[in-house]
Formats: sequence, structure tokens, C-alpha cells
Amino acid sequence: MSQDKSFPLPSSIKVVPGTEAAQAAYPYYTQFVPEDDEKFWFYNSMHFPEPMHHFDMITAEAAYVALGAFNTRVHVLPTAKGIDHRVINGRVYIGGIAVTDPDEIEERVGEFQNRAFYYYENWEDLYAQWKDKMKALIADAQALPTPSLPKYEPLETTHTGKGIAANHALLDIYQKQIEGYHRMWHHHFEFLLLGYGAYMTFFDFCKKAFPEISDQAISRMVAGMEAEIFRPDEEVKRLARRAVELGVDAHFIDDADIDKVLADLDELGEKGRSWLAELETSRNPWFNVSSGDGFYHYHRSWNDDLSLPFAAFPGYIEKIKAGVDLERPTAQLIEEREQLVADYRELLDTDEDKATYDQLIGLAHRVFPYVEGHKFYCEHWYTNLFFNKIREFGALLAEHGFFGPEGKEDDVFHLNQYELESAIIDLMLAWGIGGTPRGPAHWPALVAQRKAAIEEWGKHGCPPALGNVPDAIDDPAIVMLWGITRENLDAWLEDETENEKELKGFAACSGVVEGTARVVKSVAEMGRIQQGDILVCQVTNPTWSPIFQKIGAAVSDIGGSMSHMAIVAREYGLPAVVGTGKATTLIKDGQRIRVDGGRGTVTILDDEPVLEDA
Amino acid sequence: MSDAVAWFRDVGIVDRPTVGGKGGSLGELTQFGIAVPPGFVVTTSAFETFLEALEAREPVRAKVEALDPNDMGAATKLSEELRRRVVEEPLPAEVETAILAAHGELGAGAVAVRSSATTEDAEDASFAGLQDTFLWVLSGTDMVQKVRECWGSLYSVESMTYRRKQDFPESNVAMAVVVQSMVDARCAGVMFTRSPTSGDKSVITIEGAPGLGSAVVSGEVTPDRWVMGKITGEISVRDISDKHAKQVMAEGGGIREVELAGDERTKPCLSDDELQQLREVGRRIERHYGKPQDIEWAFDKDGKLMMLQSRPETVWAMKDASRPVAEPQANPLAHVMGIFGGGKR
Repeated sequence: MSQDKSFPLPSSIKVVPGTEAAQAAYPYYTQFVPEDDEKFWFYNSMHFPEPMHHFDMITAEAAYVALGAFNTRVHVLPTAKGIDHRVINGRVYIGGIAVTDPDEIEERVGEFQNRAFYYYENWEDLYAQWKDKMKALIADAQALPTPSLPKYEPLETTHTGKGIAANHALLDIYQKQIEGYHRMWHHHFEFLLLGYGAYMTFFDFCKKAFPEISDQAISRMVAGMEAEIFRPDEEVKRLARRAVELGVDAHFIDDADIDKVLADLDELGEKGRSWLAELETSRNPWFNVSSGDGFYHYHRSWNDDLSLPFAAFPGYIEKIKAGVDLERPTAQLIEEREQLVADYRELLDTDEDKATYDQLIGLAHRVFPYVEGHKFYCEHWYTNLFFNKIREFGALLAEHGFFGPEGKEDDVFHLNQYELESAIIDLMLAWGIGGTPRGPAHWPALVAQRKAAIEEWGKHGCPPALGNVPDAIDDPAIVMLWGITRENLDAWLEDETENEKELKGFAACSGVVEGTARVVKSVAEMGRIQQGDILVCQVTNPTWSPIFQKIGAAVSDIGGSMSHMAIVAREYGLPAVVGTGKATTLIKDGQRIRVDGGRGTVTILDDEPVLEDA
Repeated sequence: MSDAVAWFRDVGIVDRPTVGGKGGSLGELTQFGIAVPPGFVVTTSAFETFLEALEAREPVRAKVEALDPNDMGAATKLSEELRRRVVEEPLPAEVETAILAAHGELGAGAVAVRSSATTEDAEDASFAGLQDTFLWVLSGTDMVQKVRECWGSLYSVESMTYRRKQDFPESNVAMAVVVQSMVDARCAGVMFTRSPTSGDKSVITIEGAPGLGSAVVSGEVTPDRWVMGKITGEISVRDISDKHAKQVMAEGGGIREVELAGDERTKPCLSDDELQQLREVGRRIERHYGKPQDIEWAFDKDGKLMMLQSRPETVWAMKDASRPVAEPQANPLAHVMGIFGGGKR
């Protein structure tokens, strides 16, 4: 009997011994049940590459609540409903819910055309409206006060007849913030699938017309519309320029103590304070960029940790003083893109194809500003505000002893969102009744247990998929958002025979470069990157942009040809390979590697593992 | 001066009936400003003059027309006879003087002598072959001799039997011969301005190896191979092969093979910069002709890029269907149903 290879069944995945309680603390509807063996699941390593803290699970939950609603009920995608998710050992597995009944598909096709086509036709107006909604939502979140409990209620509560005590504000702020976060994810998915769908339609056409065209050539015909993802880097350049203009640039040196630099500038008088004022302008909103992709509470922003923009200042200042033009040549980029579009058009044989091409590129250009631009508002700006607000609750609870004598504000992320609400109510109750909260006796042990579990789970790998592989993956959401295809799954099944010296990924920007790998896990490590090093990191996003002036090439675990790393690498003309899956685990810091951005391969040249730098 | 000779700078594709495909193409490229090793064409008129002289002594065309293409013995015998005559019998003085004068004007250096057929079918591999190209021809006398050998190839067994089977009138059979300065090639090869494997017009495939391009064209060596985006210039495939030998000039003329060792054997024969130069020239030529091309090129020892031949790609051109990639839709939005409708529109 020839048996196809398949992935383990969900029921065969055991909870890591000793972590059972931590596993049980995830919401009941995210636990695997026996019926789940009937379905196919894959590990969402793209969005959730690390074990999930209990609070951070809200990221998956709120996203799938919103994604599902838009696919299933709002736009009514004909063949795909939402995406179900489960968590085991901190790992998020997801599975699409497909529509297979032809009559139902037929009905949904009609609904979809009535709804989605309206969006495509009115895209610019709806997107303008979208930005207003997002800005209003962000303004609401920013307006929420820091949660605090005074000893006595301020006098105006009585003198104005407000009639609501301070402890209520805690619940109010928390619920508004949770509500806002869910709302943000609805906004996130209002356009996303439609945007990707229009892009994929153009993409498929190009692949048929030009069978050997690279993904990056197609994306270059479409990308670069939206300035927002480049804006944080632009702001760093602007501040560097201002530092030179104000004559305060001598303060910006490598490995500077940032607090001291800020204090020195403040003492410097008018010029120093002018620069500090400029810094404040840039920080809000442009430094609300996450150092990860915003899906974990510990993906901090530039605002939370200024070391990344500060690491970039010396290089930019040097270039400005040398007379190098740092301006992003927007007009030139647009001209190049238009030329590319015209050149490919010329290669088409028939007038019919030229007409179709015009229609499809027109639609892709129309939708793309959203595809590029939404991340800054959603994953970066709003998410940063959100996690910081939760951190404020963490600080309040820590202050009240909820996490024990050694407790820290970040311990709050070991509570799931419902537990956190109960802890807040515990505190509200204790404040109100003048008694002692139960939290300090309840939470420290659980926090310790979950901290240990996260660490333990991090040591264990997990299968890339679970259950029986379906014959075809034609859920457009899964194909578009995760790039999961039948071929990928077969490749995963072949994983064992793989050459450990060569990694494959998406060819993001061509060119071949050999150099020293700097495996960087967080912003804090940015300082280790030397001129000409090859950046190896898990995921790519606007935060890292300034580092591209220093590196010789870039490699990521996660991302496709449309990822931010790919886009920025192309702007800087650096070889880049993205979405290798495991560059940060296979490549040792300091090893020599070769990046071939045209072929999408990374070769490890050193045989001997290098001792990790201290 | 007679019309036995035509310079590249004076001819184009339209002159194909008198200068042949190769001559016309090299003329067209020269006129269009593409770097081509300078040279001239010994026209069909020169051939006709010579053939008249042959016919005056003994029939040529009539004998070919009387040939039974299935009688291999007779064909071989006739081929031997006619080729000997073409190579040995006196060449009319006006033709010889004209081509020697042109050769003198070209300069004293070595030349390549290449047959340039006048019919579409002559592009067919069954008709023209490597034996029609002579490289590193060092003297005027040798050059004249090689021109005769090119003419003689019209009377190869394969050529004659092919014509008979196709029933081509022998009166139309003529051949032009290209004489051009030899490129002292550091490396050379071919370039297709579409993919030979998928027919994709958005890529350029380049094959090259050290030494003369003849090694690549004849398959004597496995060339390095690259696939580049025609428009973007990105290099998506780099197959660097083990190139065991290269062809170079032989003492006293002609070519010889040299074993390669070490670096030259294993390193890419072209730099990325040279690949980009090739791509740019390939694009210009393709644009000029308005269709994908099959091009021969060489980089000389000084790094100068020269084109040795460009002809329309034929394999995929015949397969190119007029059926569009995607059926046009009245409402452009209907196209998205290909993604959202489960693959059906």
C-alpha cells in the first residue's frame, strides 16, 4: 500500500510535561478536541513564531474574530469562511473553513459581487474614510487616562455630581481598550483580503503571460505607492539633518548613552531644545513602529526604546556632512515603476491581453496603498498604544503586589485577557471595600508557572502542520495571507532530507554578497551590526529600515516578496532573501554566509560553529 | 568595381536576396549602430558570375535537377564532383579582384568566412551547418578558397537531396558569403531574447564559454548559462558549468581546442556587468526587429562586446497562439473571481 506522507494528528500532540496548567489557562475554545483530528491545521509561524504569552493570545483571537466576520458575513467570500485557531504548547495552529457545496458557493458569488465590487469601485473614498476611522480610533486610545486609584475620590466627583467612583474607571479603560483593539482588527480586515485578491489577480495574470517572471518584478510594478512605511526612516534622516543644521550633531556618536545625550541637549540651551522638540514631533506618531511585527507584547517600539533610531544617527549625520543626498527619490521610483509597467505591457502579444493587463494593473494600483499602508496604523501605531496601555495595568497591579515582591509590570502578560479583567475587578473591589485584594496570594505562583512553561515550550519544536493534507488548498485567504499551497506542504513533508548548509527563501532583491552573519533577535542587539554585515533576523518591518544603510545583505525567517524587508532592500539595492523559515536557527552569529538574492538562497560557508559573542 | 561585393554598412535585411540572411542581418545591425566586426558580403551576383563560368564548361544545375534524391550513391558521386569543381575551376577575374580588393580594404587581419543563405529554409539546420563557417582565415588567398568552399556546401549531399525532395527550382539556388574581421574572443556564446524552455518573452537566456563561440554553437563545451529578467535585469538562474576546453586560433589559421584548467574552467565566464551589457544590446536588437531574437555574441580580449549574428527565434514563434492569456471581461472586476470564485470565472 502506498501511503502518502502525512502530518501527525492533533490528538497525538502531547502537552509538554509540567506545563499542563499553563496549557489549560488558554481559553477553552482554543484547546484541541478529538473532532479536530478530522481537520487540517498548520502552524502559523509567520505571525506567531514564538510561544504565546497568555495575554498575547488576544492578538490571534481578535484577528480571527475580525477576519472571519469579513470573509464569512461582510464581503462573503464565495469559497472561504473564516479561520479557526487552536493553541498547544504556546503554538498557534490555524485551519480554514472552506465552502464546498456548489449551491452555497453560487449563492455566495452573488453576494460577494454585490459587496466586494462596491468596495473596488469606491476604493479611494472608502480608504480615505478608513484613515479617518483609524485616526479617530487611535485618538480615542490615546485619550484614555492612565489607570490609577487615588486614596480618596477627588472632590470634584462629588461637587460635579459625577456620581461614578475612580475604581469604575479601571474597568472602563480596560474594556474600552479591549473593545478598541477588536475594532482595530475589523478595520484591518475591512480591505485586506480584497486588496490582496486584486493584487493576486494581477500576479496570476503576469505568471501566465510571463512564466519565468520573478515575484519581485511583479511586486515592483505595484509597490511603492504609500509613503507611510518609509516615514519612520525618513524622520530619522530628518532629525539627523536638523542635528547638523543646528550644529548639535557632535552629540550623536556610536553606543552613546541615550539618556545622557537627551540631558546634554536639554542643557545646551535653545539649539539643543529645538532638536528635542523636533524629536517629539517625529515620535508621535512615526516612532510608533514595532521592532517586531506587533504580535507580541515584547515587540517594543522606537518610542519605548530609542536605541534603534539613535544607532542610525551617526551614519546618517556622517553622510549628510559628506554631502550625500538621503532623500527618497519618490518621483524617480514612481517613474521607474511606470516604465516597468509599460515595458512588460509591450511584451504582450495581443490587444486583448494588453487591455486586460491595463485593467488589472489599474486595479492593483488602486488597492495597493492600503495593502502597504494599513500596517503602520494597525500593527504598529495602534498595537503599540494597546500593549502599553495593558502595561500600565501591569504597573498598577505590580504596585499593589499582584505579582509578588519581585513582580514587574510585564508579568501582566502571563494572564489571559479574561483573567486580567478579573484581577482588575479584584483590585477595584478591594479599593472599594477598603479590604485587601486576593490577587497577591493568587497570581505570583501562576505567573511563575507560566513563565517557566513559555521557556520550556520555546525549547521544543513543533510540527509545521497537523492532520491529513487536503488534495488542494484553494482557500484564497490561506493562499494569500500565508502563501500555503500544496507544493509548500509537500516541501515541508520532505523537510528531513534537506541540505542544512543551504536555505531557500523568496528571492527578494538580486545580487550576491558574502559576509559575516549578524543574527539579531531584537532591537537591543542592533548595536552589534558592523558596516557590511549581513542582517539575519526573524521578521522584517519599518523599524529596521535605518539599519539598511549599514548592512551588505539581509535575510529573514518570515516574509514574502511583498514583505517590508523585501521592499526596503530593493530601495537600497541590497541582496535579500526573505521567508527562509529558519535562518535565525540554522545560522550562527558570526558565521560567513553567502546571500544570493536573485536565486533566493543563503549558503552557510563556515563549517565550524562560531562561539556566540558575549 | 562590380556588384560582387557589398559592405555591411550599405545593406540591410531587405537585401536578403543578394546578401543572404546572415549578411543582411549583419548589415542591418551595423546600420542600426550595433557593434559588429566590420566586413563585407560576397553577393549572390558573384556566385552567379562564377556559376555561369562553370556552366559554360559543363552543366551544374541541370545535373542537380536530374538527381534522384533517394539514390545516395549518385548523390555522393555528384556532390564530390561539383564540390571539386567549385573549389578548383578558375574564378572569373572580376570576382576575384573584387573580393581581394575588399579584403585588402578591410585590413590585413584574420577574417571569418561564413556562408549566408538566401532562403528561409536555409536557416534550417538541415541546410546550413558549421562547415560553412571558417574562422581565423589569415590570407587573401585562403579567404578566396574558403569562399569557394562555402559555395561548394550548396552541393553537399544533404543540401542537394533536400532541395530535390522539396522540389525547389535549382535556378533560384545561390549563396552569399560573409567575410568579416575576426574577433579575438575572450569569451563568446549565444543569447535568446525569450526563454527557450517556456517561451517567456520577459526573460533573456545567455549561454557563454571562454574562447570562440563556435565551441558553444557546436556543443563542444557545456556553457555557463544565465536567465535574466529582460526588463529588470535581475539574474534568476546562474548555472556555472565545468568548461573543459575552449577553441582558440591555430597556428597558420583555423581553430584548435585547448584544455582548460583551474579558474578558467570553473569560474563564470561573464561578469554581472557584462551580462547587463548583453541584455541591453539584446533588448535593442529585439526592439529593432519587433520580435524575439537568437543572437551570437563575443567579448574580445579588450572587453569590447560584438554581435556576430541575429536571427528571429523560430521555435516558439511558431507556437505563439493568438489566444489571449486571459479572456477580456466587460467589467474588469470580474477578473478577481479567478481568485475568489474557487478558480472559476
